Amino acid sequence: MLQLDHVQSDSDGFRLSADLTLPDTGRIAVIGPSGAGKSTLLDLIAGFRAPSAGRIRLNGQDITSLPPARRPVSILFQDNNLFPHLSVGSNLMLALRPRGGRTRPEDHSRIENALHAVGLDQMGNRRPATLSGGQQSRAALARVLIQARPVLLLDEPFSALGPALRAEMLGVVQDVSGKIGGLTIMVTHDPHGARKFADQTVLVADGVAHTPQDTESLFTDPPPALRAYLG
Amino acid sequence: MAARAVAIIAALAVAGLILGPVAAVLARAGDMPVPGPADWQALRFTLTQAILSAGASVALAVPTARALARRRFPGRGLLITLLGAPFILPTIVAVLGLLAVFGNKGLLNLALGGLGVPPMSIYGLHGVVLAHVFFNLPLATRMILQGWLAIPSERLRLAASLGLSPVQVFRALELPMLQRITPQAFVVIFVICLSSFAVALTLGGGPRSTTLELAIYQSLRFDFDIARAAMLALVQLAIALTAGSVALWLGRAPGFGVGLDRDLPRWEDGALTRVLLDTLWIVAATLFLLTPLAMVVWNGIGAVLTLPAQVWQAALHSLGVALASTLLCMIWATALANRMGEWLALAGIALSPLVLGIGLFLLVRPFANPFDLALVVTALINALVSLPFAVRILRPESEAIRTDHIRLAQALGLSPGVWVTRVFLPRLRRPLGFAAGLTAALSMGDLGVIALFADPDHATLPLQIYRLMGAYRMDQAAGAAVLLLGLSLGLFWLFDRGGRADAAT
Amino acid sequence: MKALTFAAGLFTASTALAQTPVLTVYAPDYFTSDWGPGPAIEAAFEAQCGCDLQFKPGDLLPRLLLEGNRTEADVVIGLNTDVTKKARDSGLFAPHGQDTGALTLPIDWTDDVFLPFDWSYVSFVYDTTRLDTPPTSFEALAAAPDDLKVIIQDPRSSISGLALVLWVKAVYGDRSEEIWAGVAPHILTVTKGWSEAYGLFTDGEAPMVLSFTTSPAYHIAAEGDDTKKAAIFDEGHYAFFELVAKVAGTDQPELADAFMAFVLSDTFQKIIPETNWSYPSALPKADWPQVFQDLPAPAKAIFLDEDQSAALRDEAIEEWRRALSQ
Repeated sequence: MLQLDHVQSDSDGFRLSADLTLPDTGRIAVIGPSGAGKSTLLDLIAGFRAPSAGRIRLNGQDITSLPPARRPVSILFQDNNLFPHLSVGSNLMLALRPRGGRTRPEDHSRIENALHAVGLDQMGNRRPATLSGGQQSRAALARVLIQARPVLLLDEPFSALGPALRAEMLGVVQDVSGKIGGLTIMVTHDPHGARKFADQTVLVADGVAHTPQDTESLFTDPPPALRAYLG
Repeated sequence: MAARAVAIIAALAVAGLILGPVAAVLARAGDMPVPGPADWQALRFTLTQAILSAGASVALAVPTARALARRRFPGRGLLITLLGAPFILPTIVAVLGLLAVFGNKGLLNLALGGLGVPPMSIYGLHGVVLAHVFFNLPLATRMILQGWLAIPSERLRLAASLGLSPVQVFRALELPMLQRITPQAFVVIFVICLSSFAVALTLGGGPRSTTLELAIYQSLRFDFDIARAAMLALVQLAIALTAGSVALWLGRAPGFGVGLDRDLPRWEDGALTRVLLDTLWIVAATLFLLTPLAMVVWNGIGAVLTLPAQVWQAALHSLGVALASTLLCMIWATALANRMGEWLALAGIALSPLVLGIGLFLLVRPFANPFDLALVVTALINALVSLPFAVRILRPESEAIRTDHIRLAQALGLSPGVWVTRVFLPRLRRPLGFAAGLTAALSMGDLGVIALFADPDHATLPLQIYRLMGAYRMDQAAGAAVLLLGLSLGLFWLFDRGGRADAAT
Repeated sequence: MKALTFAAGLFTASTALAQTPVLTVYAPDYFTSDWGPGPAIEAAFEAQCGCDLQFKPGDLLPRLLLEGNRTEADVVIGLNTDVTKKARDSGLFAPHGQDTGALTLPIDWTDDVFLPFDWSYVSFVYDTTRLDTPPTSFEALAAAPDDLKVIIQDPRSSISGLALVLWVKAVYGDRSEEIWAGVAPHILTVTKGWSEAYGLFTDGEAPMVLSFTTSPAYHIAAEGDDTKKAAIFDEGHYAFFELVAKVAGTDQPELADAFMAFVLSDTFQKIIPETNWSYPSALPKADWPQVFQDLPAPAKAIFLDEDQSAALRDEAIEEWRRALSQ
């Protein structure tokens, strides 16, 4: 259970308030107009931003003051999800052994398995720049699969991809999050994707992250803020 | 956090190396005199020549760098390396090369004479500026060229696909880059020229061209008036740091961040007039920078193989010192690749080397014999004076790496060690190679003795050149200069090349 | 094992050194260089003293004044008369204790602290292939055609440059500034030190350079080139002496005395001409190398002692600066 207990974040005159609870498992979409604070919400959960008030708890444990790496959270950014100078395999190895140290044979098989899971067999030696956009996203997903953290955050990672590819990637995400078996939260500005992907949706608008609602019913009967956004 | 601690330690080391000697000199100096009329005159000339020299260097570097950024031709990489050579030559050698072209009996006047045009005199303020541009145009060009190459090719393609005119491209992409880079290039060169002495005097043609540094030299060497030297050195330092503050403020706009690392074909503007104009700039800059070097080589190449063993030995010492300086400087510069570091590093070249030498001597003397520490101090000082260039080169990329990758590193929980070795340094490799090459070459070419620290048994190559000249052996000195030029360029090429070895990155 | 032998070797070497007394001599860089007199002098003195002579190169006076009584120097060689006042006032030096009667200088030497080991005349050296009739005085130089150019050293940074302005001051007194104003158009440029100026001269930048009457000896003896000559001025030439002195606080007084005596010995004196390219200070002309005997020499030596030179120095430099700044 991920709990944002009266959380507030202030920066440059912008305030986001969130007081909500998310389940342990399942897929949740975060939707709302740009600039409403979707990424801020993710940053709060991932630990890149400290709240000015309130606590964040995961399964009862207070993680408010933990640095990003110590949170049971993995994240996919909009871009820069892979180090461009390292091969895909090396990128995954860093995720596996972020503090260095000797690699073990089973590390390699874990990496191979992860690559296989996202459909990138034999791509371990390639540099990110030699991969297509879709393949780069798959490689990044292999990385979160390796990290296997209970909470997976996605910050519009596929916005640069075309519609077909984006749908395909959502499939891979579902696959990966199913394998990890935790909670997946994805920021998106694509209502269609949200409906296909998420059971529940958090609407972020006017500085407030609202309590999650059933995605279908939310979109069938959108509140005014969402209606304005959907146009 | 560890990175912060390292940065603070590095900053303290630089500050200590500058403030320590200054404090030691001040403690010894007693009451400081007020500047006299001759000092004001020296100050005026110092500022005039430094502003003109830095302004001309940067102004000429912009079209040169632009031309080099846009054109691809065989030997371009080699040319860029060679164009850096004047910056790393010992001044005395460079001045002789410069005068072989622009002097009374130089090639230029020879050609003019052939055309029946009366000879031109190089001596005067214009000569000082010409010499300083000769020394610093390469540095300015490289700094600005880096800026040009740092414009992500995606942006240039976007501009091309939008069909922007050259003027629009300039305003949208190039001007903001120039606004960031040129103030800093200007200030680094301004500060270098601020402490010019032998070049300013020789090319200036006489005591009209008296700089503050000459007055400091006179106070220390002849009058042993430490108080006066300290006063003048502080004036010089204050000017440099003020200029540095202004430049940092002017160049405070953020950079572009790095691109996607794809080796996209660069946008080339194929309009014939532009191609011609660019070609013209490249040819002109090449002739201006390389003809004097060619004269240095021409005058000395014959003597290289007849050089006595002591010269070769000195070359080895210089190599050792250069490598040590480079290592130290790279550690320093990597830790200090930020705004504060850039400002602080300027102080290293702004402080008169003579005062620095005296100060260090006073500090070291109670604990150790300065003779024994000569090479160590030389390596340390070479690293210190190369620092502003290294920091300038590393900073944009270093900051971009942090901006682009620090969140991923945090999300993965990379340890500081893994971050530095697996991400930061590999990403920094290209500018690191360039900075290391420059530092190594500068350390080779630096005279290698600062006042009062001379190693009786381990002369450096520039020192041997000076000694050969002092013993009338001008031909051998010319030969040793060619050796020095070759070694400096070789080191520069190796490091710079090493930084770029992996073409895929 | 190898490392151990090496360490043992180092140890014996250093103990061997420790048993040999060390004479520390501060000297200018050009003096100690492989092409200066230093190495030959070191070998010759060590052959007779049973000691280890160590030259320490660098800026003599600033260093000594900074070190004061704690200096490790036993002897200082390479000072000149235009800076000795400051050196003497420091009280760091002891009388040389040598008989100055042995000196063969163009002037009488009475100083009991600073002892000359070589000397020369400051003069303009010209290239005979480019200048047929060299000037014979500063006034003649001033009156020469405009294209006669000369390179000089700055009196504020170079000891030979300082000697030049004192030379003019000694000859022309109150007229010095006027002389400099006349000479100014002929001065191609002013350099920081002698090496820069001489380098420009040999590269052909100017037909004449400020140097010493003994400079042509190098070109004749070492290069077989007799196209470099000193322009001899009728009004006389400023004599330039290089000096050696014993440090009062030396911990090797006997060795220091032995070295001072050695300076006046034939061995030392015969090394000087063809390594320092100057006249020896205590050797009859008949014993000089032939090339030095054959050098044209001025009829009159001009010399300012340290008090005179200290009194005139600032004024002479300022007159020079004013005239050349016009």
